[in-house]
Amino acid sequence: MAGYEGAGRESPHEAMRDPATAVIAPGHTFATVTDQISAIVLTRRTPLGWILGFGIAFFITMLLLLAVTYLLVRGVGIWGINIPVAWGFAIINFVWWIGIGHAGTLISAILLLLRQEWRTSINRFAEAMTLFAVACAGLFPLLHVGRPWLAYWMLPYPNTMGVWPQFRSPLIMDVFAVTTYGTVSLLFWYVGLLPDLATLRDRARSAFGKVVYGIFALGWRGSARHWHRYETAYLLLAGLATPLVVSVHTVVSFDFAVSVLPGWHTTIFPPYFVAGAIYSGFAMVLCLTIPIRAYYGLGDFITMRHLDAMAKVMLATGLIVAYGYGMEGFIAWYAAEYYERFMMLNRITGPYWWGWAALVLTNVLIPQALWFRRVRRNVLTLFAVALVINVGMWLERFVIVVVSLHRDFLVSSWGMYYPTFWDWATFVGTIGLFLALLFLFIRFLPMISIFEMRTLLPDAAVKKEEGHH
Amino acid sequence: MSEGQHYHGSGTAEEARTSYGLMAEFSTPSALVEAARQAHKAGYRRMDGYSPFPIEELQEALGFRATRLPLLVLMGGLLGGTLGYTLAYWVSAVAYPLNIGGRPLHSTPAFVPVTFEMTILFAALSAVIGMIVLNGLPMLYHPVFNVERFRTASRDKFFLVIEASDPKFDPSATREFLATLGAHEVDNIAN
Repeated sequence: MAGYEGAGRESPHEAMRDPATAVIAPGHTFATVTDQISAIVLTRRTPLGWILGFGIAFFITMLLLLAVTYLLVRGVGIWGINIPVAWGFAIINFVWWIGIGHAGTLISAILLLLRQEWRTSINRFAEAMTLFAVACAGLFPLLHVGRPWLAYWMLPYPNTMGVWPQFRSPLIMDVFAVTTYGTVSLLFWYVGLLPDLATLRDRARSAFGKVVYGIFALGWRGSARHWHRYETAYLLLAGLATPLVVSVHTVVSFDFAVSVLPGWHTTIFPPYFVAGAIYSGFAMVLCLTIPIRAYYGLGDFITMRHLDAMAKVMLATGLIVAYGYGMEGFIAWYAAEYYERFMMLNRITGPYWWGWAALVLTNVLIPQALWFRRVRRNVLTLFAVALVINVGMWLERFVIVVVSLHRDFLVSSWGMYYPTFWDWATFVGTIGLFLALLFLFIRFLPMISIFEMRTLLPDAAVKKEEGHH
Repeated sequence: MSEGQHYHGSGTAEEARTSYGLMAEFSTPSALVEAARQAHKAGYRRMDGYSPFPIEELQEALGFRATRLPLLVLMGGLLGGTLGYTLAYWVSAVAYPLNIGGRPLHSTPAFVPVTFEMTILFAALSAVIGMIVLNGLPMLYHPVFNVERFRTASRDKFFLVIEASDPKFDPSATREFLATLGAHEVDNIAN
């Protein structure tokens, strides 16, 4: 969408001449773009690789169902949590997943407003990733409350108990932030899909496909009047999603920052959580895009330029995160506050020293390789760095949640946290659910926005000399 | 049917009664925009362009007025924000007052996140529902779908439709006019 107004128009077409910076390979037309992207969905034969991948993801999802069922039968005691570490894997995973989702919104909303036309071939996929990541994230607080069937008590509704939620608590702000985020992400994704669903309706060969895509396309016919309102709505949604995405991880960081626990009670949390969220999200987008691009031969649409740009965003946000770590250490020293200083020392030299050491290695040191063009322009090294960052961002939440909780003010109430098999089964299970949903998305919906790709082609520009004289 | 027959076949009285309008096909966005400009200049008003992607110039060429959608979104956002703050205030200060560390019952800063989220939620819902409803969707049947070649409107072709309800519409004269604009093909749209 960014590609057909004012200065934005010139750049993609000029960029096309240079293969290193192209956002779409040369030689494509409206028809070839449409056919190549929609063929992935409309082909009758499901590729063997898809069946294999989906099968594995489905199997892991079954592990999640098993873990959740056992949890509902026995209660949260099957997890390693206890006092003092009452927030174990559930909260680590919640923050990790919701952070991953943030890249999708950043790509679709903020880069749209900034007229970065390279976002076009990855935004649909990243939005789907956001949606599924938020779904996985949402599971954890629900399971962590112990009695998920009473989770609706968090919503403000008139009830016979005569009680209402506590609006001064960040946990209630979180309910509002995450449900709003999930809803707006779904709206954004669906609105973006609408014209492409019409394309699939018109191109589907099976009667079933025509009917199903037809219903979800709502009868979209590409009318100029409709496009006008559509674009207005899409831009407004982008403008609304931009402050929203910043607010969501800010509110998540309030869950920690509003408490009085050393290691949580810091004002640096909101900005550094948001940067970390974008950091991990881009890492996840790369981890998913690189194999899919290779498997489906989408190198024409997701070019090295895209991968390079994402690597640079990771590098920049990674540096903000590293600054956050540095600042935590500085403030622990400069504040001259006994418990704060102990928390920092305990983080580095205490029983979980390995968590902190691995965090610095994976989140600060290894990503510095992205300074080198050769690393950014090689899919294998880029994939490896992105994978390492995903692990690093999980470790960051482990250090924040577990290490801060396990030793606070009173030595008599110190303790250790050891995750159980069921902790791991639930975590790995959500990865399976996430991948299974992504596999279904790739098979049934166009993973690249077809109509926005058309606008990037040179033919899409209306020639000025044919206009009014 | 050859293109020639399309161009020269004059509309019958039967066609005029049951026709939704005439559909001209173009293969580039520039040709469609130029055709729309000419049609607007010739006095046609009840017409619409159809394209596989948004074309800003087309909206101007067809002479549309600005959409009311942004106003709707603003009102939705204001409503959501008001509801969010009122809810937080009413619950915390009226319905279920709790003393939390001696803070005032009307604790404004704590109500900001919920107010903000509700503003965004209501504004986003207004934007999407407003866009769909103002566009008259969902509308699974529309006469333009009766033209077989219209399937390519979602792939790579561009269409200009002049509706039969336009006061200036005349089955044969309009057909001739569309042919002069460089259309590949002009089809009658069955109603």
